[in-house]
Amino acid sequence: MSGAWAIAEQTARESYGRLLAWLSARTGDVAAAEDALADAFRAALEHWPEKGAPKSPEAWIITTARRKLIDHARKQKTRSDAHSAVLLAAEEAESEANSESQFPDERLKLMLICAHPAIEPSVRTPLILQTVLGLDAARIASAFLISPKAMSARLVRAKRKIKEANIPFTAPSLDVLPERLSAVLDAIYAAFGTGWNDFDGAEDSAGGLTLEAIFLAKLLTTLSPDEAEAWGLLSLMLHAEARRNARRDDGAYVSLKDQDTRAWDKTLIAKAEEALAKAWRLDKPGRFQIEAAIQSAHAASRLQDRDVTEDVILLYQRLIELAPTLGAQTGFAAALSNGGRDEDALTLLDGINDHAVSSYQPYWAVRAHILGTLNRNEEARGAYERAIGLASDISVRAFLHHKKKAL
Amino acid sequence: MKYLFLLYDDENAWDSMPEDQRNEIFGSYFAYSDALRKSGAYIAGAPLVHSRDAKRVGRQVEDGPFADGKEQLGGYYMIDAKNLDEALDWAARCPCASIGHVEVRPVWNIGE
Repeated sequence: MSGAWAIAEQTARESYGRLLAWLSARTGDVAAAEDALADAFRAALEHWPEKGAPKSPEAWIITTARRKLIDHARKQKTRSDAHSAVLLAAEEAESEANSESQFPDERLKLMLICAHPAIEPSVRTPLILQTVLGLDAARIASAFLISPKAMSARLVRAKRKIKEANIPFTAPSLDVLPERLSAVLDAIYAAFGTGWNDFDGAEDSAGGLTLEAIFLAKLLTTLSPDEAEAWGLLSLMLHAEARRNARRDDGAYVSLKDQDTRAWDKTLIAKAEEALAKAWRLDKPGRFQIEAAIQSAHAASRLQDRDVTEDVILLYQRLIELAPTLGAQTGFAAALSNGGRDEDALTLLDGINDHAVSSYQPYWAVRAHILGTLNRNEEARGAYERAIGLASDISVRAFLHHKKKAL
Repeated sequence: MKYLFLLYDDENAWDSMPEDQRNEIFGSYFAYSDALRKSGAYIAGAPLVHSRDAKRVGRQVEDGPFADGKEQLGGYYMIDAKNLDEALDWAARCPCASIGHVEVRPVWNIGE
């Protein structure tokens, strides 16, 4: 019995996104496909423990989902063309399921739909997490700091939009593909955290979705292996993940230069380097590759005891040319300060003309550090104060209090 | 949009807390209020005295504390934010969110 459960669970984990993508691509209705799949998995949990798991669990699920879709289409009394599309899809599903061949993988199309320009940017990441990975709204909501009810409502609205706006499940033409893929990359990176930076005082966030984000990036490199930025993003996230355990010592925040490298995951670092090498070979540089290269340099500085200060400064310069975000500029300032160019760093920070600075915590942490180095302690204390007030992680707050006291 | 943050924590824990720790939390609150002010989001805010000094007025007057749970209302903020997402970001930064919890209530705008 537990065996049948395990097979049902495994099928859900490994095949959910593929089955849903396949059903959605043929019906254009993500919500209906989701419902049908959920019913099919529920039926599997009822029948399999009793009768044993079928030889081909995926075929069983898709056949059952097909019946549910037909029922749904009938009940909805949809327009005849939509109705026949559903029936056609259902028949195709059955013949595919009965043949031994694998379903075509439509997950890339599904991800592109979720990150379509017609879908509001803030809901793209939750939509990908739910459709490709089958995460429930409550889990996604907790990572994004909103209520499960509100998250469900946003997801439902987005899926209705896909259906009503008739966003096509076809691969975009080559001239818009890079732009569309970049929206997918942004959505995956948003699942990883609000940003990943190794300058002191930066927080890592988005509780527990990092592994999901890495899975998605890996999937993207499989589905679209010529996309250099997908490899870059994968590398960046693997580097970050490799150091996760070392960033906290007994709950307290530990900055990069003080981290115990024995706690770094060397296997992940090797995989990160491999992904970055693949990206470079494609010879299409982008912001994620540059950010991964910065993390790679940081790793080398500790593991091979190499002075990477100038490399990091050059990489940040390049990053700012490509993507002049507040995070990149703050990182550049931190890198300059690290290279002893604190006056330049401060000039750079002073020159940022962006209202978002007033609520961007890392800016104030880096500014405080630079002012402290320049012995402008009174101003440094004020900047630390701002950073403390903007921190939401209790250990980062404690770290900043400590630095302020040490001035 | 205006949002009211109601700060709930275990007020009795304050009494038994080492002074260092208490000062650090006070410092965090000052810093937080300041960050709110400097970003233009701050409208009002204050800590409340211990709930044993509370009174409840209805048809008759009762003495506090009233809350059954371990956490009591210990302070409030009123902020101005673009939308709920922005308000929730600010609530997460409130020191109270790390020790107790912050209830976020959108203020009913009755046309001023």
